Amino acid sequence: MTSPPGAHLPEHPDFLWENPEPKASYDVVIVGGGGHGLATAYYLAKVHGITNVAVLEKGWLAGGNMARNTTIIRSNYLWDESSGIYEHSLKLWEGLEEDLGYPILFDQRGVLNLAHSLQDVRDSVRRVNANRLNGIDAEWVDPAGVKEICPIVNTSPDVRYPVLGATYQPRAGIAKHDYVAWGYARAAHAMGVDLIQNCEVTGLETAGGRITAVETSRGRIAAGKVALCAAGHSSVLAKMVGLRLPLASHPLQALVSELLEPVHPTVVMSNAVHVYVSQAHKGELVMGAGIDSYNGYGQRGSFHIIEQQMSAALELFPVFARAHLLRTWAGIVDVSPDASPIVGLTPVGGLYLNCGWGTGGFKATPGVGDCFAHTIAHDKPHPFNEPFTLERFTTGALVDEHGAAAVAH
Amino acid sequence: MTFRTSTGGAIDRNTLLHFTFNGQKLSGHPGDTLASALLANGVHEIGSSVKLGRPRGVVAAGSEDPTSLVQIEAPFSEPMLLATTVELYDGLEARGLAGQGRLAALPDPARYDAKHEHCDVLVVGAGPAGLVAALTAARSGARVVLVDEQNQAGGALLGVEEYLDDRPSAEWVADIVAELKSTPGVLVLERTTAFGMYQDGFVLALQKRTDHLGFAAPATVARQRVWRIRTKQTVLATGAHERPVVFADNDRPGIMLASSARTFLHRYGVLPGSRAVVFTTNDSAYCAAIDLAESGVDIALIADARPEAPARLATECAARGIEVRAGQLVTGTEGTSRVTVVHVGGEKIECDTLLVSGGWNPVVSLFSQARGKLRYDAELGAFVPGEELSTVRVAGSATGELDLNACTRQGRDAGAAAAGAAGFASGGQVPLPVSDSRCTARSGLVLWRVPGDEDASFVDLQRDATVSDVLRATGAGLRSLEHIKRYTTIGTAHDQGKTSGMIAAGIVAEALGVELEDQRPTTFRPPYTSVSFAALAGRDRGELHDPVRVTAIHPWHVAHGALFENVGQWKRPWYYPQPGEDLHTAVLRECRATRESVGMMDGSTLGKIDVQGRDAGKFLDMLYTNMMSNLKVGKIRYGVMCGVDGMVIDDGTVIRVGEQRYLVTTTTGNAAKILDWMEEWLQTEWPHLDVHCASVTEHWVTIPLVGPKSRAVLGEVAPDLDVSNEAFEFMTWHDTVVAGVPARVCRISFSGELAYEINVTAWHGLAVWEALMAAGEKYGITPYGTETMHVLRAEKGYPIIGQETDATVTPQDLGMSWAVSKKKPDFIGKRSFARAENNRTDRKQLVGLLPVDPEVLLPEGSQIVETDRLPEPPVRMLGHVTSSYPSAALGRTFALALVRSGHERIGETLYVPVEDTLVPVTVTESVLYDKEGARRDG
Amino acid sequence: MQLIPCPWCGPREEAEFHYGGQAHVAYPEDPSALTDEEWAQYVFFRDNPSGPFAERWSHSAGCRRWFNAVRDTRSHDLLAVYRAGEPMPEVAS
Repeated sequence: MTSPPGAHLPEHPDFLWENPEPKASYDVVIVGGGGHGLATAYYLAKVHGITNVAVLEKGWLAGGNMARNTTIIRSNYLWDESSGIYEHSLKLWEGLEEDLGYPILFDQRGVLNLAHSLQDVRDSVRRVNANRLNGIDAEWVDPAGVKEICPIVNTSPDVRYPVLGATYQPRAGIAKHDYVAWGYARAAHAMGVDLIQNCEVTGLETAGGRITAVETSRGRIAAGKVALCAAGHSSVLAKMVGLRLPLASHPLQALVSELLEPVHPTVVMSNAVHVYVSQAHKGELVMGAGIDSYNGYGQRGSFHIIEQQMSAALELFPVFARAHLLRTWAGIVDVSPDASPIVGLTPVGGLYLNCGWGTGGFKATPGVGDCFAHTIAHDKPHPFNEPFTLERFTTGALVDEHGAAAVAH
Repeated sequence: MTFRTSTGGAIDRNTLLHFTFNGQKLSGHPGDTLASALLANGVHEIGSSVKLGRPRGVVAAGSEDPTSLVQIEAPFSEPMLLATTVELYDGLEARGLAGQGRLAALPDPARYDAKHEHCDVLVVGAGPAGLVAALTAARSGARVVLVDEQNQAGGALLGVEEYLDDRPSAEWVADIVAELKSTPGVLVLERTTAFGMYQDGFVLALQKRTDHLGFAAPATVARQRVWRIRTKQTVLATGAHERPVVFADNDRPGIMLASSARTFLHRYGVLPGSRAVVFTTNDSAYCAAIDLAESGVDIALIADARPEAPARLATECAARGIEVRAGQLVTGTEGTSRVTVVHVGGEKIECDTLLVSGGWNPVVSLFSQARGKLRYDAELGAFVPGEELSTVRVAGSATGELDLNACTRQGRDAGAAAAGAAGFASGGQVPLPVSDSRCTARSGLVLWRVPGDEDASFVDLQRDATVSDVLRATGAGLRSLEHIKRYTTIGTAHDQGKTSGMIAAGIVAEALGVELEDQRPTTFRPPYTSVSFAALAGRDRGELHDPVRVTAIHPWHVAHGALFENVGQWKRPWYYPQPGEDLHTAVLRECRATRESVGMMDGSTLGKIDVQGRDAGKFLDMLYTNMMSNLKVGKIRYGVMCGVDGMVIDDGTVIRVGEQRYLVTTTTGNAAKILDWMEEWLQTEWPHLDVHCASVTEHWVTIPLVGPKSRAVLGEVAPDLDVSNEAFEFMTWHDTVVAGVPARVCRISFSGELAYEINVTAWHGLAVWEALMAAGEKYGITPYGTETMHVLRAEKGYPIIGQETDATVTPQDLGMSWAVSKKKPDFIGKRSFARAENNRTDRKQLVGLLPVDPEVLLPEGSQIVETDRLPEPPVRMLGHVTSSYPSAALGRTFALALVRSGHERIGETLYVPVEDTLVPVTVTESVLYDKEGARRDG
Repeated sequence: MQLIPCPWCGPREEAEFHYGGQAHVAYPEDPSALTDEEWAQYVFFRDNPSGPFAERWSHSAGCRRWFNAVRDTRSHDLLAVYRAGEPMPEVAS
């Protein structure tokens, strides 16, 4: 008898973390216990030896976008600045399972970004060439090549928006989001980081232009430095110190099907047809939709977005017709004007900002965790996050990843 | 052996339906589900579990069943359906699954659609509470929609044999349904599951219209339909699901929820087995036991977890020889593919069926989706609606009320309140039926699990998640139910934890020593039951996925062999290959013909916006970087538009039609965006301006007639027009008659050649096109497509917005400082030009590139580097190739590119990595052909 | 999908509308008089509150009019809609 389809998945460790009461003070308080917050804590402890750290999470650890994203990992961005930080991240992904001692199911199954118009083709080739010169694996594949990599993609020329080719990054892939977060949390905890859940930050205290403490639903916590890793809630937190951010928080929906036998060996993304899909380790199809157009903190989007998503998915994958939608949900993504993040210092001493990742945050988790920890430890940006300052919106030195980087997921 | 009763059930015993399951040929009757037909044939083992490979059977009779997953193989392959929700039809082929289905290799031939419905009161669930609610609302005159997932109304009544008002409940149900169906404005939808509840009374429901017909389903009828219901008020009468109790080896086939066994008996005439043990924490299982005993099932024992059995029911059992043991628990089972032994109080009892009842979970999914807060009801051991919402009411057992009389009263109140809130006065009281039900299920004990082998005590049967998994999770430090759900995967399977979720919460609370009152249940997410992708895509597939836009001349292009390019939603002729031609040879021919004689193209997709009003000039001065208000009537000017960030967003020509009227053209892809852009500024920033805009893109057919012979061709078809250079200057326009049709002719050129753009109303477009073709025949007039248009303009260094630009390019970068007004105090984007980044000397600028080898064609999108050998990555890139073509006019290849400090680099040699080589290129000005502009006037 | 009460047409499906972000951000009187920081605030920075938010919508598939709304970004409930040029009404959050 063949083994049952779910038999091969790894077990979680028997111990993850403790649930301590917050101490009165920490060297560093990280606001937001998602992937970025946990990774930042981990690298602060591991690389910089800073362990008197608390991660404050208003809900449950990694329960926000970390728990809600579609786990695509890739580094094939257009601009040098983006390539730098995303490729740094991808390299860390490649050693992360060993680093954390946690089975994160990182699977380098490759990603195809489809081109559907002649301009898509030009943009794609441009990106492939830029990637290669930046040392990132990338190739342009024609429709036959797409079919070879992912046989279920409809490459017929007779569809509404035929597939004219794709960029392919073989080292891209997926990972299991919860496992990643828990791996970071467990390792950070083991090095002395306090993980405080159900602890909402309600105020930021400053004195003489420097951060001094955070007010929380569990009392005041003094802090030498405070690092914001709050994704969709960044604007709300920044406003507590009078800082305005160029962000809009939008609902972003995603969905899964029931468990299906393997049909989809890679990750496929299409900007023009608005779909991105992979098949997770247990067999469910995981799919993301476009962002809902309006600002929203409700972790809920509109259903017509899902319907459009399905119509797009079936254009590309007719085989999905009788797959079933099992569950839909939404996260809150913080979208910046140039679809690039904001990571660095703020006008308030000791307050650091990491936000604006939009739909691209998951893949950046190890990379930004490492760079943000460096920024906090040295009070100076790491070279990889140096281009992603808040000041770029004043000087005009934007890193515009809308135009040519396909869907910014 | 058959487990079909001799009488009873809503099945047609006179008709036999043949079906195949796991290769075995079996039969059933109309009215059966696949599950009931299998059980009638004694088949209990359906599939196996996803992780451990243990046998899995049928636990529940409806859509809450966690285990009976099947793959339909015929008539068309469909994965992961519950046998309990598949209506039986002749020829059905299915097989049991190990928790994972298979997608069909063939395209789905079925149709799907969607329908919008608006109503005053939506009632979800046609059980007793829902029926009374719907009828109450209907009698008030409200527009009512009643949806129910079953193929017939009745809800829980379908699974019992009880009397209402001293007559079979089915008669009471039928009367109400009949009245509803005959009431104008009332819509009753069977086989329709409300699966999503969104804001402002938006409810989505899936109707399975032909699934039950199997092979007989008509191909022209949509198989499934998504109802998009917009309602003022909703009554949720979604009922309750019985939940099991967890004990060791509780997962064997033959272990079933007591009420579900009762449903199989009464609705389908099927016995769950021959000899059953009943394990309960409440009264409701007694009725199942008594009904089954009366139908011939040997009830070995009722083990009631409560210290005392209910006296009246115990007496009834005694009268039927059913032993009742109070304070007894089932501690384990034996058996391989079917339960054979049940352990009760240290005793091993042989049986083939174990019926379990651990109480009832109200179905609160939709209420929760509507953002209703839930409250833990300690007596019930379940989360119930915990607040009143202004537009959503809950009635019946969905509230936690399990007494039928109380449920129908709630239904009536909710129906009246909903109709009232929607503005309808009461239409008279619906009489409430009196039930003869003997079992008041609320009198229960809350019991999540029986201590025992935790590794074999299954909480989620579909996910193979056990009590020991839950305890490992809490032991690992997890406190949140969401974490534990993710650690154990409980509640994430096909059934989304309908029967397991509450139990998991209870076990976690016990393990952590916390009160469930203080716990937040995990979030209920749409859809309530799974929905096929195809149903959600509906008709928006293939050609209808996104509407195709074609011009009035499109049929001619098709007839003349054009290949098309998608530009936005438009189909534009890309090129017109003649036999044996590929893209390059066709385009070289089209280019040569145009530059040497005359060519023409269909430019109708160009966006055209009519801008009128006293302040139209002032307005356009703000939108364009250059001045438009001083354009003379009769003249034309090229203009560039930027966003507030100073980046180019569009370009086109502006013609001044009158003192207060301009016609603005946009790029094909941006037509709608630019109209939006104009309206946004006018309405939100400058409402004081007297300006009105209207899209006239489809109104006009636009035909650029291009080349040295264009004047002669135009002259022939426009006899009233003086086409001489003196009378018809460059960048002017004239209204005239072309080919007998009123036309506006503009002298503009996107190729550097003498050219005219002929605009006629779309109705006459094809005729004029054909007239031009005929007039030009003697000059070898050549139709050309977008590719040739691109080559001709690139030879002249004209950028295409979206190809040469990418939202990081300014007019100055494009070498268009001449089009940026120095005089105007302001225009959109102007202030951004003064930023630091805009004034760097190393910005990327548009230049031409000539490969040193004139035969080498650079791939568009190639990057450009400074050195003839590549250093280790990251390599510094200077820019990229935006356009690249072989040129008939230049007799060589050439390219346009954005290059860092490009304007300063003219004459330099740079390198373009192409595969493994570095192609040397010379940087030139962007204008490569006819730099003096000698050809413009013919 | 929300039902959005267009102040000109009445309640219509959300799919008919186009979102326009924060309301009452006026184009500067004289952009050339602004510092780069001030100009950047106008171009890129918007309020992003969790709670009532005055924002712009356009009934793009209907009357094509722009109007303003106050919407609670947590619940997505529309607390008020009003025509362009009208002051923001008081709303209870």
